[in-house]
Amino acid sequence: MTEEIIIAGFGGQGVLSMGKILAYSGIMQDQEVSWMPSYGPEMRGGTANVTVIVSDERISSPILRAYDTAIILNQQSMDKFEPEVKPGGTLLYDPNGISRHPSRKDINIFKVEGAKKAAEMGNTKIFNMIVLGAYLKIKPIVKLENVVKGLKKSLPERHHKLIPLNEDAILLGMKNVEVVQEV
Amino acid sequence: MSNIAIKDIIKPENLVYQKTKLMTDKPLSYCPGCGHGTTHRLIMEVIEELGKEHESIGVAPVGCSVLAYEFMNVDMQEAAHGRAPALATAIKRLWPDHLVFTYQGDGDLAAIGTAETIHACNRGEKIVIIFINNGIYGMTGGQMAPTTLPGMKTSTSPYGRDVELMGHPLKITELVAQLPGTYYVTRQAVHTPSAVRKAKRAIKKAFQNQLDNAPGLSFVEVVSNCNSGWKMNPVDSNIWMEENMFPFYPLGDIKLEGRLVK
Amino acid sequence: MGELKLMKGNEALAEAIIRAGTDGYFGYPITPQSEVLEYLMASKPWETTGMVVLQAESEVASINMLYGGGGTGKKVVTSSSSPGISLMQEGLSYIAGAEIPILIVNVVRGGPGLGDIQPAQSDYFQSTKGGGHGDYRLIVLAPSSVQEMADFVPVAYDLAFKYRNPAMILSDGAIGQMMEKVEFFEPVPRLKDEEVKARYPWATNGKPVNGERRILTSLDLDPQKLEDHNHHIQEKYRKIEENEVRYEALQCDDADYILVAYGTSARVSLKSVKLLREKGIKVGLLRPITLWPFCTKKIRELVGQGVKGFLSVEMSAGQMVEDVRLAVNGKVKVEHFGRLGGMIHSPEEVVEALEQKIIGG
Repeated sequence: MTEEIIIAGFGGQGVLSMGKILAYSGIMQDQEVSWMPSYGPEMRGGTANVTVIVSDERISSPILRAYDTAIILNQQSMDKFEPEVKPGGTLLYDPNGISRHPSRKDINIFKVEGAKKAAEMGNTKIFNMIVLGAYLKIKPIVKLENVVKGLKKSLPERHHKLIPLNEDAILLGMKNVEVVQEV
Repeated sequence: MSNIAIKDIIKPENLVYQKTKLMTDKPLSYCPGCGHGTTHRLIMEVIEELGKEHESIGVAPVGCSVLAYEFMNVDMQEAAHGRAPALATAIKRLWPDHLVFTYQGDGDLAAIGTAETIHACNRGEKIVIIFINNGIYGMTGGQMAPTTLPGMKTSTSPYGRDVELMGHPLKITELVAQLPGTYYVTRQAVHTPSAVRKAKRAIKKAFQNQLDNAPGLSFVEVVSNCNSGWKMNPVDSNIWMEENMFPFYPLGDIKLEGRLVK
Repeated sequence: MGELKLMKGNEALAEAIIRAGTDGYFGYPITPQSEVLEYLMASKPWETTGMVVLQAESEVASINMLYGGGGTGKKVVTSSSSPGISLMQEGLSYIAGAEIPILIVNVVRGGPGLGDIQPAQSDYFQSTKGGGHGDYRLIVLAPSSVQEMADFVPVAYDLAFKYRNPAMILSDGAIGQMMEKVEFFEPVPRLKDEEVKARYPWATNGKPVNGERRILTSLDLDPQKLEDHNHHIQEKYRKIEENEVRYEALQCDDADYILVAYGTSARVSLKSVKLLREKGIKVGLLRPITLWPFCTKKIRELVGQGVKGFLSVEMSAGQMVEDVRLAVNGKVKVEHFGRLGGMIHSPEEVVEALEQKIIGG
C-alpha cells in the first residue's frame, strides 16, 4: 500500500500539522512516511501545502506531481491541485470559500463542512482534525487508535489534555463527509 | 685589565639581560627599529612569568607579523586576514582554562577584520587582543591603513591621506572601549625603556584578567613606528610617532575593570 | 532499536550533532537550514554534554571559529546554505591547507547569487572540486533521507579526523525541510581534554610539557616546501579516493540504462526507475553517497557489464554529469537532465528524459 497525499490551504488552517499527525500515525503502525512542506516567505499568511506519503515500502520521491488524494481547503489550492489528482484518485474539499467547485469526471469527489462544523463547536482550531476525520472515513489507511498515538507524539505534553477534543473532531468529520461523485 | 678573560665576565651573577625563554632562536624577520619584536618579547615574558607556557594558545594575523608563530614558542595558529578573533573565540570557549590571545596589525584588525574584532569584543570573549598600530600596511609595502593619519603619505595615498577622498582614520580602540563586552582597554607604546615597562604591565594585566576569569575582553593597542613604511630612520620615526601619532592616538588606559577612564 | 521520531532533516542533523559528541557548533542563520541552530539553542546541550553553541556574526566568522576550534583537536561543525557557504570558501581553503578536521553542512538552495530558498543541487562543483583557492578537496557526503542526515554526522567526523581534512555534508532544502522517521544512533560521549591531547598530537591546545610546540598554518613562503606540502595532501587525496568511495546501486545488475543521481534527485529517480520498469525498460539507479571521492570505478564496471547509457539527474544545469562522462570516457552515451533555480523534476519528467535523450536519442 502506498498513499500519496497533498494537503493544501491557507497558512493557519493547520495544514502542516494535519499532515504531521497523519505521518506520525503511519509510524505508529510501522509504515514508511514522508512529510514535505512548501516553505519560505510564501507561508506567511499565504498558501501552505504539504505532501504526505504513507507506504509499506521504502518511499522514493517525496516530491510529486500526481497524487492519490488531494485535500483542498481554499480556492487557489483547488485551481492548482485538482488537475494533479491521479485518474481514479480522490479529492476531498471543504466548500467554505470555494467559488469554483471541482469539475473533473474521472476522480472521486467528497466534501466536508469542516469550517462550519468547527464554528458550530466553537473552536476553529479543530478544523483540521474534522477534515482529517473525513479523509480517514474515505481512506482508512491509519487506525484511529494510531492517530491518537500520533497526536500524543506530535503535540507537546502540555497540550495532551486536548487529545479527547481532537478525537471528537475526527469522529465528527467521519460522520459529516458527503459523497459528491464516485467513479 | 689584560688578566680578565671572557670566561670571567660571562657568569650568571653578571647577567643583566637574556633572551626571553619563550622566544624561539629564529632571527626576527622585522626591520631593525620596529616595535613588533619588543612586543612579541613582552607577551612571551608575561606568559612565562604567569607560568602558562603549556596552557597558552596564540593566533597570528596576516601582515608583518604573519610569521609571529615562528618567534613565539607556544602553540600557535595562523589565521586568515582579519579573522583571528573568530579563531580565538572558539579556542577560548572550547578550552576555557587556557590563555588565548590574538596578535594583529591595523589592517588586519581595523579594516578587513572589523566585524570579527567588534563582535568578539561585544560578546565579551575572555581573550586578549594585542593590536599593533603603525598607521600603515608594512608587509605589502607601505599602503594606506585604516589608521593612517590625515595628510600622511603612503604608497596608496602618495599625496597624503585626503580625508575627503579616502575617509578618516579609525580610532578602533576608543570604539571597542564603548562596547559592554570589553573589560580592559589600553593604548601603549614600546619606543622607550619606560614605555616598554608600562606596556609590559598592561599586557600582564590583560593576561591576568584572563586568568582571573574577568568578565570581558582585554584589548591592548601598541602604537608603533614603521620606519621602513614611513621612509625614516628608526630614531626619526620614533620622534615622528611622538609628534604625530600620539596626539591623535593618546597613550594610556581607556577602560579599566569594565569602566571608561575619565 | 531506538525510538522512532518524525523529524525534519535539519532537526535530525542537529540532534545527531549533539549525539555525535560534538564539542562546538558555530553558525549563522540562513534559510532553509535555520532549524539547525534553532534546535541546538532550544536543546541547550551545554547543560548536558557540555557542547558549545554560538551564533556567530557571519558565515565568515563561523568558518574561522571552526578553524580555531578544530585546530585544537575538538569536534566542531557549522551549517549553512549556498550563499553562506560561498562566504566560507576562504576559511575552508585555509582549513584544508592547515589540515584541520572539521564538519560543514550545506543545505543547498537555488542560485546563483541570492537565488531563492528552494532546494537545488547547483553547488556540486563548488563542493567537490575545492571551492576556494588552491589545490584541495573536501570529503563530500550526500544524504538522501532524513535518516542519512543523522547517520552521516558521525561518518563525516570519522573521515575528517582519519584524514585530517574538512568534510562536508551536502544536502538540499528538500531533505532539510521534509520530515521522515528517524532512528538515532546511541550518543557518543565527548572526548575529555586529556583524550583530545593524547589522540591528536598535531593539535594546538597548549604546548606539551615534554615536547615541541605545535603550529597550524597554511603559509609557507618557500615554494619548494609548499610544493612538498601540496604533494603530501595530494597523496592523502589519492588514499581517500582509493578507500572511501561510497554509493548505493539499486536494480543495476540487469540494467540497460542507469540513472545517476544523489540526494533529492536520487529519491525522485528511484520513483522513475519504478515507472520505467513498469513499462518494461530495465533501468537502475546509481546513487553516489560520497560525491568526492566519486564512484568512477563502479561506473566503469557498469559500462563493462553492458549498460547502454547513463542519465545524470541533477537539480542543476549539469555538474555531476561531467564526472559521469569522465568515468564513462566516451564508451556509451551520457546525458544530463535537470531542473534549475530551485525547481525539482517530477519522476515522470525523468522518465521522459531517459526515453528521449538516451533510449530514443
